[in-house]
Amino acid sequence: MGREETSLRMEKTTGIEKITFKRQSQAKEIWRRFKKSKGAVFGLGMLTIILAVILLADVIAPYSLATRQNMSLKLAPPSWGHIFGCDGYGRDIFARVLHGGRTSLSIAVIATMTSCLLGSILGAVAGYFGKVIDSVICRALDIFMSVPDILFTMAVVVALGANFINLLVALTLAYFTNYVRLVRSQVLNLSELEYVEAARAGGASSARIIATHIIPNAMGVIIVNTTLNVAKIILYESTLSFLGLGMPPPAPEWGLMLAEARAFLRTSPHLLLFPAAAIVMSACSVNLIGDGLRDALDPHLKS
Amino acid sequence: MLENNGGILLNIEDLKVVYKTDLETVEAVNGISLTVMKGRTLGLVGETGAGKTTTALSILRLLPSTTGRIERGKIEFNGQDLLKLDENMMRVIRGNQIAMVFQDPMTSLNPVMTVGDQIAEAIELHNGKMPHEEVNRRVENILQMVGIMPQRRFEYPHQFSGGMKQRVVIAIALSCEPELLIADEPTTALDVTIQAQVLNMIKDLRDRLGTAMLLITHDLGIVAQICDDVAVMYAGEIIETGTVEDIFIGDWRHPYTAGLFNSLPDLRSQATRLKPIPGLMPDPSNLPNGCVFAPRCGNRMDICEKEHPKTVQKAQHRLSCHLYATGENPRRRDVT
Ligand SMILES: Nc1ncnc2c1ncn2[C@@H]1O[C@H](COP(=O)(O)OP(=O)(O)O)[C@@H](O)[C@H]1O
Ligand code: SF4
Ligand SMILES: [Mg+2]
Repeated sequence: MGREETSLRMEKTTGIEKITFKRQSQAKEIWRRFKKSKGAVFGLGMLTIILAVILLADVIAPYSLATRQNMSLKLAPPSWGHIFGCDGYGRDIFARVLHGGRTSLSIAVIATMTSCLLGSILGAVAGYFGKVIDSVICRALDIFMSVPDILFTMAVVVALGANFINLLVALTLAYFTNYVRLVRSQVLNLSELEYVEAARAGGASSARIIATHIIPNAMGVIIVNTTLNVAKIILYESTLSFLGLGMPPPAPEWGLMLAEARAFLRTSPHLLLFPAAAIVMSACSVNLIGDGLRDALDPHLKS
Repeated sequence: MLENNGGILLNIEDLKVVYKTDLETVEAVNGISLTVMKGRTLGLVGETGAGKTTTALSILRLLPSTTGRIERGKIEFNGQDLLKLDENMMRVIRGNQIAMVFQDPMTSLNPVMTVGDQIAEAIELHNGKMPHEEVNRRVENILQMVGIMPQRRFEYPHQFSGGMKQRVVIAIALSCEPELLIADEPTTALDVTIQAQVLNMIKDLRDRLGTAMLLITHDLGIVAQICDDVAVMYAGEIIETGTVEDIFIGDWRHPYTAGLFNSLPDLRSQATRLKPIPGLMPDPSNLPNGCVFAPRCGNRMDICEKEHPKTVQKAQHRLSCHLYATGENPRRRDVT
């Protein structure tokens, strides 16, 4: 042991590695590493601002402003009175972007979380237990995936009717398959590793092994995928609205605003610009946070 | 621990394990019997593919569920047949009464958990109601015992060298003070200098805790250093077993064991050149009819290829070879 202890002591005196003597909780440690990434902090800042503005939408611009039509202001360009201008019905675009954000972001975030949860659980179960359970889940998945996502979502929305809950259901059903495949392959790889075998030899139950050894190690990949999906689902919603299958008008929603802006693209591009910027900014900030989290969750990158 | 010698801790009888794949049936373990006494260390020696790991995994009932199957036999631990227990009862035994150390320390630890958390996890698993401070105290204790500074428990596995990692793995294995420690080639993946340190540490801890041990290795040097008893395994069979004295200096010697000794570098007599055993171990999905060692044996006789040799016994020394079944026992010098 002599030699190793000596090298250990050297490592400390040279100060390459500062050893913290106080116990730090896992969450604190992750936050410490997260803060090191400028992009992630920027993303977090941007998302915080976006969320704050959206949450305070009623204070900043009342909902009535988002739906009140005023034909004399039709397609009005940005001005002091209406900083983002007005749309084809003379409604204030600023108010519509704020209130639309509520719908768009909550659908995107909730649908991502539900599809991630459903898909991850199924994927983990399929990958860990294998055999019959795996076959059943995989075959069921094949059926889901044989129908194109957009067709599938449309079918669900048409069948159930377009409203907030049904949109969530439709998007969840369209997206959870990605997570099943992703998590299943991660779990298959990770279960092969010796530390899982070692945990089993130590008497840990399957549920415990999945929760403490497999999910935390698959977390990086899942989180990055999740953040990418938030952005994707925002765009997906837009597609649905565009096809008239999103939230019913006149409710403001970013995708719907894009769809309506199409008719005036040449003459009044500001109709498109602001909701598009809102989508891009939200998607980017979430992605930046995702990247930062992935790095923060990987102790190898700790410097 | 008090006087622990004497009783039988683990008794395996006529264990047969196969791996069934779509293409073939691999007979990995073929009717082996072995005994680990309380407080003693049994070395299980043999080349790669002999079935050592399979034997260890069978004891803990951790064979790959899709392919591995125990066909027959008995594995008694403290008089209780492990093969008759259900999964829940096995989980109580794993880690708590029988712990296992795997070969590769590089992959035996969870990369996203601090080493302290991993030891605490093992302790809490079998001591549900233990207060937090007590767990922490035990984590620090056990780290100290394996020669790691307790404050390093907040570090992650990648911050440790290979030898240090294996110490952590051993700390986890010993954290619940098991009665039996199964160590599957615990030092094979380490540098030679580190090997000796880790081995000495295992030996110290074993003596201090009175733990019985099943030490799997392919290295007779390690056996000489820390084992009390030896079982030599070849192609799924135990072809010779006895105390360390029986195996190293006894009157009898199985030709395969002789081959293992000849392929060992002997530091004292530089004259002896290395003489590895010619040929390869038989394909375990297609084993020979007679003696499994016959294709490579320098003492082969006609009967060897036709009949499986019976086991002969002198005190604790047992071996299976036709040379010793003829009544007229050869001196060990004659065996090549
Ligand atoms: N999961 C498995 N599926 C099929 N064959 C296996 C499996 N694991 C081991 N074997 C085979 O069983 C035999 C014994 O392997 P093992 O117990 O690992 O030997 P050892 O540990 O002595 O090197 C080898 O021939 C090996 O190829
Ligand atoms: S039984 Fe025959 S072939 Fe087998 S080890 Fe003995 S002498 Fe060699
Ligand atoms: Mg092995």
